[in-house]
Amino acid sequence: MKNSLLYQRLLNNMSNISELFLTKIVNGIKKRDFTSEEVTKTFINNSQNSKKLNVYISECFDDALKSAKSFDKKKDYNGLLSGVPIAVKDLFCTKNVKTTAGSKILHNFIPTYESTVTSNLWSKGAFLLGKLNCDEFAMGSSNETSFFGNVVNPYGKQLVPGGSSGGSASALAAELTPATIGTDTGGSIRQPASFTGTVGLKPTYGRCSRWGIVAFASSLDQAGPMTKNVEDCALLLQAMSGYDPKDSTSVDVKVDNYTSKLTENVKGLKIGIPKEYIVDNMPAEIDNLWKQGIDYLKDAGAIIKNISLPHTMYALPAYYIVAPAEASSNLARYDGVKYGHRAKGKNLIEMYENTRSEGFGDEVKRRILIGTYVLSSGYYDAYYLKAQKVRQLIKNDFDKVFSDVDAILTPSTPSSAFKIGDKTDDPVSMYLNDIFTVPVNLSGLPAISVPAGYDENNLPLGLQIIGKAFDEQTILNLSLAIEKRANFKKNFKVWWS
Amino acid sequence: MSIDKDTVKHISKLARISLDEKKIDNLSKDLSSIMKFIEKLNKLSTDKTNPLTSIINASLKSRKDEVRDGKIRSQILKNSPEKNEEFFVVPKVIE
Amino acid sequence: MAEKKFDYFINGENGKWEVIIGLEVHAQVLSKSKLFSSSSTKFGAEPNTQVSLVDSAFPGMLPVINQFCIEQSIKTGLGLKAIINLNSVFDRKNYFYADLPQGYQISQYKKPLVGEGEVILDMPYGTKKVGIERLHLEQDAGKSIHDIDPDNSFVDLNRSGVALMEIVSKPDLRSPEEVNFYVKKLRSIMRYLGTCDGNMQEGSLRADVNVSVRKVGDSQYGTRCEIKNVNSIKFMQMAIEHEAKRQVEILESGKKIDQETRLFDVKKNTTRSMRSKEEAHDYRYFPDPDLLPLKLNKGLIDKLKKELPELPDQKKDRFIKDHNLSPYEANILVSEKEISDYYEEMIKECDKKLATNWITVELFAVLNKNNLSISQSPISAKNLSSLVKMITLGKISGKIAKDVFEKMQVSDKDPKQIVEEEGLVQQSDPKELEKIVLEVLSKNQDKVIQYQSGKVKLFGYFVGEVMKVSKGKANPNLVNDILKIKLK
Repeated sequence: MKNSLLYQRLLNNMSNISELFLTKIVNGIKKRDFTSEEVTKTFINNSQNSKKLNVYISECFDDALKSAKSFDKKKDYNGLLSGVPIAVKDLFCTKNVKTTAGSKILHNFIPTYESTVTSNLWSKGAFLLGKLNCDEFAMGSSNETSFFGNVVNPYGKQLVPGGSSGGSASALAAELTPATIGTDTGGSIRQPASFTGTVGLKPTYGRCSRWGIVAFASSLDQAGPMTKNVEDCALLLQAMSGYDPKDSTSVDVKVDNYTSKLTENVKGLKIGIPKEYIVDNMPAEIDNLWKQGIDYLKDAGAIIKNISLPHTMYALPAYYIVAPAEASSNLARYDGVKYGHRAKGKNLIEMYENTRSEGFGDEVKRRILIGTYVLSSGYYDAYYLKAQKVRQLIKNDFDKVFSDVDAILTPSTPSSAFKIGDKTDDPVSMYLNDIFTVPVNLSGLPAISVPAGYDENNLPLGLQIIGKAFDEQTILNLSLAIEKRANFKKNFKVWWS
Repeated sequence: MSIDKDTVKHISKLARISLDEKKIDNLSKDLSSIMKFIEKLNKLSTDKTNPLTSIINASLKSRKDEVRDGKIRSQILKNSPEKNEEFFVVPKVIE
Repeated sequence: MAEKKFDYFINGENGKWEVIIGLEVHAQVLSKSKLFSSSSTKFGAEPNTQVSLVDSAFPGMLPVINQFCIEQSIKTGLGLKAIINLNSVFDRKNYFYADLPQGYQISQYKKPLVGEGEVILDMPYGTKKVGIERLHLEQDAGKSIHDIDPDNSFVDLNRSGVALMEIVSKPDLRSPEEVNFYVKKLRSIMRYLGTCDGNMQEGSLRADVNVSVRKVGDSQYGTRCEIKNVNSIKFMQMAIEHEAKRQVEILESGKKIDQETRLFDVKKNTTRSMRSKEEAHDYRYFPDPDLLPLKLNKGLIDKLKKELPELPDQKKDRFIKDHNLSPYEANILVSEKEISDYYEEMIKECDKKLATNWITVELFAVLNKNNLSISQSPISAKNLSSLVKMITLGKISGKIAKDVFEKMQVSDKDPKQIVEEEGLVQQSDPKELEKIVLEVLSKNQDKVIQYQSGKVKLFGYFVGEVMKVSKGKANPNLVNDILKIKLK
């Protein structure tokens, strides 16, 4: 036994562990190919050498190592994620570990509770490696709005990783964590996944509990897995999902065994191609990628159908009413009384105004003010109510096509990763990044971004597959079919350590 | 609709965010361009559409009337920037 | 009974003014735990000990509704003969305040749980129907304490998230007295239902009072002012009187009323404007995205309807019809659930009319004298009923009964025991009584002669003498009969 272990170690030189997929690591630990401690040390080591990427807000390396050691002693290999260290977006409240949501206003907040989704991971044998940088309150598409500084994309020093789960995407791509979880309100998992050549899935609204996740826009927020391949994505989704009676919008629908049902056999599935996703100024390579994706799926035996989602162009404007409106109310609790930053003030109102002025960054302020405006007396019907009507129309579009197709294929983003600072002066051009991802949030549907190729600058591009409500299995299977055919491989060298 | 500086002042008051003149200026520009973008919706007639009430097709679930929480004062007060043993402490409220 | 006429008007310089009042009553739902969290609602706990992470609005916390609070509100709605809406929506009312940790209150704005209903008042000048506009469920706020520290306010969130029913009346009330009757009736209905304890000292029942005035004869309402958060009926009445006069003065001087929120200052007995606050308020209501619409199943409403207890109006009708009580008596008995409970406990054993008299005359006198409510009565319903029964059975006279009643106040002993111990049993043995009668008559030969020659008034004198000799124990009916025979 001892000899075989030693042999295995010689085979798997330590630095390779971090290149392994989540599933391989779980199996490797189960088969005693390596220990949880070895795995954890590897990722800690990588993480410690990654300062230039600025992905961590809080590092929990000591505790992670302790957890790994105690795991190795207990040898309980029954969990789906046995012995795996996982770093998560700093939007999930973690017990006794600082949780900031990327904001100054929560820079010192230490929850006394654990979010349901992270609890689900820990109950399946994983433990916390650290808290990852993100756009402030998940408001952003480039991870440039974080109070803790912008995150860098491993694909280039000058590149944003996307957002808001930018820290998660970079950490994953740079192999600082075997897998991670993010949240997606308008594309915050899928867009950074696309920008970093990783897989990101936004589950059906209600699939994962929102309890203990710092809220941005309650009717849109949904946590989801971010992984290096589709198989890992299925595993992590299975581990984190489930009904939670503490979240009134959580849905009591059985969680499939995504892993065991995962198959690249998608023969006969009908795939819709929505004509409205061809947008002005879309780079040819995005269009080509899309065509390539269609070919992959045809090759896999799927049937391609042209469809129409006529209200697509209204999704983004409607989103920029609904999301800020909800955010303006969700963020009212940050008032300097119960937790977080407090500024001085002669009286209560002054204290509130100064606290919120100092505590929130520019983008958060913009969204709170837009949200306040669209809900304010005299404007509610013209904006908020109108947006909810548009939302209904967008949902109707999807309902209609889903009576005819099993899934929809689109590009994930209208471009590849852009340069840091490129869009910070023009909020609307930043918002346009989410043009393909936002309709899905407005309709509560599941969608995945799977890496499918590179653009001419060798930057990764993803394809998005949108599924029917609670049919995550189908989009996972279709992604697997694309993954096998695209044979996507990361093509950067470690430049940051 | 463009959002002038007075409107910015008014909504920042509602949102309890203090702003200096420069910020107000910038925000007036930014918010106006965002509102212009949002107003694309005006092209769409929605007179016959009902607003979406919930994305989930289910009724509200409820819980039983049982006392299972509370008695965690130290936890509740732990993160407060200003507190004493029993209360959150805030600057005097003036009416 | 001669009916009084309604006569509450403000006499201004140039005519009579009518006062228009509408009430928004905030009634705390009787429940063990809060509306959206599982912490306790018990009154009087140490500060911030009945607070969950949800009540104090920690990041990522979510509301989950209490089924019992929904049912309590439906029951109350049914008690107000109101429409129960099968679809209702919870909205957020956004504003900042130290005792509002979420920065919004979860309430119901456009689609309340309960729609229109009514409350019937028995005013001295006849019955009056007060319309109910709506009833909705909402969260209570916490409490800011301003008087401990000169520079700071202290915040206690124990009440934060407690379920309130806001019951909005139509502007149908016309006087402080009607407000008094309305609040009492509403409270009584909720106590019968067990949906609110109506305890105003503990803040379980508060009201915002909307007041406007108009010239008698005018059909249009005037501009109203809202007096916020008044927590006793007396203060409501004082506030209304003051506010109505203030408005009449303003209007008569040719000025206009500003629609505004005002505060009643108990110490100064005056209302003052909260205008500074009002201006900053734009509540930006929108449906709470953390909650789904509340869809009720008709079966639940039917079930609750079946389980509904008998309410004061129904009980009153039954007492009048089946118990032969006057409307006046019935009204008193049903005015509070505890009184009707007491009465109904008594009449299991004794006569209804007598029970009513003993409660409304003798018992109420004792309670009033000692400032007690009927639930604190020194005499139990069972014992009082047994006393009344002894009267009807002729075991004791009414006079003795009153003596026994006095003694019962001290000990709440079974009156039978008192009567036995004190030897107060009525003498109903005809032979014994005949002896006494003959004795009295022989001592008063002269008066017997006078009586027999036509001075029949003397009959009472003989009765009195017999009672004296028997120390009040003689059965008066028997004494009458025997005397009549012996005096023939």
